[in-house]
Amino acid sequence: MSTETETSAATVETHKPSVEIGSAVIRFAGDSGDGMQLTGTQFTNTSAVFGNDISTLPDFPAEIRAPAGSLPGVSGFQINFGSHEIRTPGDQPDVLIAMNPAALKVNVGDLVEGGTIIVNEDSFQATNLDKAGYTENPLENGSLESFRVLKTPLTSLTLEAIKASGLDRKQGQRCKNFFALGIVYWMYDRPFDHTVNWIKSKFERNPSIVEANVAALKAGYYYAETTEIFTTHYSIRKANLAPGKYRNVTGNQAIALGAVTAMEKSGRELFYGSYPITPASDILHELARYKKFGVKTFQAEDEIAAIGAALGASFAGDLALTGTSGPGIALKSEFIGLAVMTELPLVIVNIQRGGPSTGLPTKTEQSDLFQAVYGRNGECPVPVLAPGTPGDCFWIAIEAFRIAMRYMTPVLILSDGYLANGSEPWMIPEINDIPDLCFPNATDPENFQPYSRDKETLARPWAVPGTPQLEHRIGGLEKQDITGNVSYDPQNHDYMVRLRAKKVAQITQDIPPTEIYGEPEGDALIVGWGGTHGAITSATELLRAKGLSVSSIQIRHINPLPPDLKDIFSRFKKVFVAEINMGQLWTLLRSTYLIDAISINQVRGKPFTIREISQQVESHL
Amino acid sequence: MTAKNDTGTLEINLNRKDFVSDQEVRWCPGCGDYAILAQMQKMVPNLGIPREKFVFVSGIGCSSRFPYYMNTFGFHTIHGRAPAVATGIKLANPDLKVFVITGDGDGLSIGGNHLIHCIRRNVDLTIVLFNNRIYGLTKGQFSPTSEMGKKTKSTPYGSVDNSINPLCVAIASEATFVARSIDIDTKHLGEILERAANHRGISFVEVYQNCNIFNDGAFTDFTERSKRSDHVLYLEDGQPMRFGKDKEKGIALRGMTPEIVEVGENHSVEDLLIHEETSPEPTLAYLLTRLNYPNFPVPVGVFRNVEKPEYSDLCQDQSRQAQEKEGKGNLEKLLHSGDTWTVT
Repeated sequence: MSTETETSAATVETHKPSVEIGSAVIRFAGDSGDGMQLTGTQFTNTSAVFGNDISTLPDFPAEIRAPAGSLPGVSGFQINFGSHEIRTPGDQPDVLIAMNPAALKVNVGDLVEGGTIIVNEDSFQATNLDKAGYTENPLENGSLESFRVLKTPLTSLTLEAIKASGLDRKQGQRCKNFFALGIVYWMYDRPFDHTVNWIKSKFERNPSIVEANVAALKAGYYYAETTEIFTTHYSIRKANLAPGKYRNVTGNQAIALGAVTAMEKSGRELFYGSYPITPASDILHELARYKKFGVKTFQAEDEIAAIGAALGASFAGDLALTGTSGPGIALKSEFIGLAVMTELPLVIVNIQRGGPSTGLPTKTEQSDLFQAVYGRNGECPVPVLAPGTPGDCFWIAIEAFRIAMRYMTPVLILSDGYLANGSEPWMIPEINDIPDLCFPNATDPENFQPYSRDKETLARPWAVPGTPQLEHRIGGLEKQDITGNVSYDPQNHDYMVRLRAKKVAQITQDIPPTEIYGEPEGDALIVGWGGTHGAITSATELLRAKGLSVSSIQIRHINPLPPDLKDIFSRFKKVFVAEINMGQLWTLLRSTYLIDAISINQVRGKPFTIREISQQVESHL
Repeated sequence: MTAKNDTGTLEINLNRKDFVSDQEVRWCPGCGDYAILAQMQKMVPNLGIPREKFVFVSGIGCSSRFPYYMNTFGFHTIHGRAPAVATGIKLANPDLKVFVITGDGDGLSIGGNHLIHCIRRNVDLTIVLFNNRIYGLTKGQFSPTSEMGKKTKSTPYGSVDNSINPLCVAIASEATFVARSIDIDTKHLGEILERAANHRGISFVEVYQNCNIFNDGAFTDFTERSKRSDHVLYLEDGQPMRFGKDKEKGIALRGMTPEIVEVGENHSVEDLLIHEETSPEPTLAYLLTRLNYPNFPVPVGVFRNVEKPEYSDLCQDQSRQAQEKEGKGNLEKLLHSGDTWTVT
């Protein structure tokens, strides 16, 4: 393995014992203004470039700045990194970095028994303790006895370290996250120069901030190395990833990259209509940067206009995309119906979050499956796809555009907050290996009919304005077969309803065989979809290691479902469906296949832990 | 009809019939919509644009059936949302000539939000709002432009809603072209539609349109041929605001308040307000929208006509500048951007 980025420095000579371990889970937690997301991302990128496999879980409040020191204001970032395959952000942190009493209080319950807590001792004063609801100082009352607590005066040490930079006290304090990061870099034997380079380019125009942050980072590193409270550090070898070139991506980045790739492969221009909404806005931010590719981004006045403009762009021949989260989908539903009726290609991304209503904007959930499959007026079939990992979001975006254009239909992608913000090492594909998405416009006026059909796909022609002699009118009123004229004829309506259903149902012809993790038959099959993929696979691995006959599958095509599912289900004695909702896929599978599947579910706004799944399955075996 | 297209080389020979679709028109006999359709079909050949470049987009309502009757590209969308769809069409292909056909319910009630935002962006669209002050397709409920106290099926005791003035909304949204016409004043209507269509940027035209089934005669007090001269003020750029059979009356300002004056002994033409549609400030245009029957003659014509950068141009410029500055996007580079590492 080689690396593109320099990783030479910071292999500082250290005299403390180093213990090699396979993986570790750490969680950075602090006030939402403490820079925990940034700190976590830096640790992630350093570890990824170092060569570990990783999985991350950012967990932040919906408020931008909840009152400082309060429990609702706590922001966290968890990362699981290792030398073996890492599929989830980890069930329980081994190390918790708590920047204040509130961060300790919110997170300590998740920590593994005997785990390590690094606390900013300076912040454990009466006011902060009070804000966190502590009646006495947990660092002094023995309540943390079962953990290894490393009390570190992060604020004062940071202020000391950055003196030379000339920053005042208030600004200087902001550097304490880098001091903490320095400590953790030492603990896990990571080089710090990647972060140094990042600081230098990020704060290019402000040399004193660069100086202070770098000083804090290095001071943290050397502090851990020299102080006696840090006794051991750990090394985690590079992971045995498949050969190739890698980068780190979040799910939302991957969707944006997939969309740009689809644009290049289709020879069309990409139009992204969107309205700001958590946790989907990052797709808009990402695509808005790609003007030089000719990407058109339209921040509309509302969710409805965002999809309306996208559908208009599709009518006019652009590759059209709109993205939102559940409440936005509710607003877009009427337009999705129009896209079904007018049979125009359009990809709609739903980054699911906790619902109903405004729900839990920054927390993950998978509770919009019914909304995606059924949530419109009339018989309104829409293909639905669900990526399983952040990197898979790239491929699902391309697949969605392919289906949309090949079948002339809107396509829904169900991602979720966990996939959107979580990241993993992603093998960068060879562009030439990605098939073309070339679906030409209709141009031939001879016998042109707007609602004639391709024999294989039942797709109607894509006849865009500007094409001579193809002038025609479309709309939401029922269409007469072939001519596309308005028709209220009962027979025609019955025919068209069935035709639209058939067109979507036969997409099964494009769905590859379902991959089974484990044996193709056995006692138990765990079925999952979306972001639970990692937890389900790891739970399956755990159960198999115990000698149990358990396999699992991931469903990427929710509508239509893969054609081989019935056969696969028949080969297992018990079928479990694990999902973060009240059992929506479970209901769909029961009604479709008449199987007595068992639902494993929770709706806490957090991903499954591996044990949550494995223990429930085991209890049934 | 002969005209030149945008390249100035090809002769385009189109006439009214080329724009008549094969669909049977299904408005109620006597509906004002027929007149607007006829004027539109007559006007569009004058624009010198190939037929395939026209797109008519509409929402829901009687007026929104309009695209089916135009032999161009057309999109009958959903209630109130036509401006959004039209914006997407224009951004996808700025070369197209896009019209939005809407009504008082579609454009000002359910679609009010889209209307104001589409206008403020100055997208190159021509919006024609058919104002009949009633919901026709749903059979006779009051609309946002119905007068207060109006008795309808949904307001048997009279409406307690204040009404909204479409042109005030357009001007408040910074529309660059604002006009009004009347369905039965066909010549004026045709001229106004053509001026609107030739405006680069957003053009907004309110057409008083009679619904002879659910709100018959809503405008007849001032639109009937015999009454027009006394009750309609035809706005002409650069001209004093005069009306009456012999142009004997005019509009003057007392302080900030408009008043009707008789041109003659006490007032001369010089005392009258001069219409200035290109005024950069919309104050006068706004004041004119407040003139209403019966206290004042109802102004028709072009209220406001100014130039501002157009939305799809601005979007294209941004892309062009990004490409000039950063070079054309390279997918390979994009996928490989950020920190990368190789596993062998």
